[in-house]
Amino acid sequence: MDSKRLRSRSFLFPSRATKDRLASGGFFLITLLPLILLVAMILALVARSWPILEIKPIGELLTGRIWKPLQGQFGFFPFIIGTFWVTVTALVVAVPPCLLSAIYLAEYCRSHTVAIVKPLLDLLAGIPSVVYGVWGVVAIVPAVQSVKPFFSRWLGFIPFFVSDNPTGFSILTGGIVLAVMIVPFIIAVAFEVLRAVPNDARRASLALGATRWQTIRYAVLPQSFPGIIAGVVLGASRALGETMAVLMVVGNVPNIPKSIFDPAYPLPALIANNYGEMLSIPLYDAALLGAALVLLLVVLFFNILSTLALRHFVRRSKV
Amino acid sequence: MKKRHYLRRHIEEGLVKVLMILSFVLVVGSLGLILVTVLVKGLPALNLAMLTQTPKGGYYLGKEGGILNAIIGSLYMAGGATILAIVFSLPIVLYMGTYARRSSYADFVRLSLDVLWGIPSIVYGAFGFTIMLALGMRASLLGGILVLTLLEIPIMTRAMDEVIRMMPFDLERASYALGSTRIETATKVVIRQMLPGIVTAILLAFGRAIGDAASVLFVAGYTDRIPTSLFRPVASLPLAVFFQLGTAFPEVRQRAYAAALVLTFIILAVSLGSRWISGRLSKYTIK
Repeated sequence: MDSKRLRSRSFLFPSRATKDRLASGGFFLITLLPLILLVAMILALVARSWPILEIKPIGELLTGRIWKPLQGQFGFFPFIIGTFWVTVTALVVAVPPCLLSAIYLAEYCRSHTVAIVKPLLDLLAGIPSVVYGVWGVVAIVPAVQSVKPFFSRWLGFIPFFVSDNPTGFSILTGGIVLAVMIVPFIIAVAFEVLRAVPNDARRASLALGATRWQTIRYAVLPQSFPGIIAGVVLGASRALGETMAVLMVVGNVPNIPKSIFDPAYPLPALIANNYGEMLSIPLYDAALLGAALVLLLVVLFFNILSTLALRHFVRRSKV
Repeated sequence: MKKRHYLRRHIEEGLVKVLMILSFVLVVGSLGLILVTVLVKGLPALNLAMLTQTPKGGYYLGKEGGILNAIIGSLYMAGGATILAIVFSLPIVLYMGTYARRSSYADFVRLSLDVLWGIPSIVYGAFGFTIMLALGMRASLLGGILVLTLLEIPIMTRAMDEVIRMMPFDLERASYALGSTRIETATKVVIRQMLPGIVTAILLAFGRAIGDAASVLFVAGYTDRIPTSLFRPVASLPLAVFFQLGTAFPEVRQRAYAAALVLTFIILAVSLGSRWISGRLSKYTIK
């Protein structure tokens, strides 16, 4: 190799080796971008919500029950609890069918069935959230409205199912729409986790005369359980931040809900409905960005935890 | 005793299988239900004027016009963002795939991308708007493009990264053995081999961007006109659905359904198109 030419340095016509080093440096700088973005996001939100964090203790903001921006009262509690209930409802609705479907796909289906179903799930994941919202308004809101009398008549002794909300815009509606949105996500993760369980475990169990379900229950699930939990947490962190679809069906009333038929007002909806307008009210935009910061930090916490856990489980079983 | 045990096992097996199939049907059925709802509601409201006209005076009270402004606006924003996102995503992927292959630094970048992917789009929107306020920018096409670019980078990069990790190392090794540098290997061997995956990743990110409403809610504004410059506000399909569904006029709500149908159609076309194109391109790759 003509090493002189490889190392020759000309400003206009860099040698191949120089090009390689230039690209290496340039590419490296671009890989810093995601991290910079993440840090910038947190810093910008902290800086812009600082005016309110400075005056009011964080505990008071998080547990305050009254939201009256005009009077300078910014209590996030109704919104936090609204987010919580909508997310929990979505998980309760979504998780059982998701797990059963994922097990079915990973353990029972033939590979060409999987090849047909996976694109369908990808499609479901790709549908924009406003379209889910339209579906919720058109189909789920009237459905919830019509099943509500049934619930209050037969299950009225449980306060959870009784509400004086005359419409179908409620936590349950938001939860159902959200559930359908996170289904493809949870199924995809659970499917990957189940697939990562080595086949030896299945073969050994089947060879001992166990049925397929017994094999799944005693040989496959115990190994994949932590990974599946991580997948569900990841799905939950998606649900926490979902904005448009929930905003369209959940009613948006800043009270503390008492039943799943009550309206709620999740944090993302609060930001979407109010930010950008009425910024002349003092501290209002700081409060809204504070809400965004709370949302961001909660999502980051769940997200980092479950991503690391998932990586650990999927990789360990692949080796 | 033995027989009863045998029977129980089989009943359990059957029961679980029935439950699984039921939940499976539920999942696929809900997808069908969504598509049917959008079709049934949207088709009657869809006509040529809707697709070829911008809103005329009194449009939001039910008068003449269409949603061309939103269709074009969405294509501008998602298209511009996708092109910008490619400029950032490809170098990151190539760096992780060739320069920093199997390094813990690459894993760290992957983690930060995964975390970014999980951040709610409303937070992107709020963050983008605070930055724009600080810079003195107004809601505009440029703002929309930039925020959607940030939203697309993690999606596109991770989707490409999954493909590059599947690539057999032998190919790269052969390229190095012939004396090529890493950048030459990356641009002449890796990119070509990854082409179907790159196209799929690009279209995936495009689909996400065009359907996202929360991130452009503050930064892009909304207007009846088709933007003539990067600094004008711009309409978008998801926001057209959102704003028009909330009105009291049934005629206007009809248009929200039409916009939702157009949006769904674009997403379906992108999804099917990416499958078709990557299938066509995969004949140029070495298996």
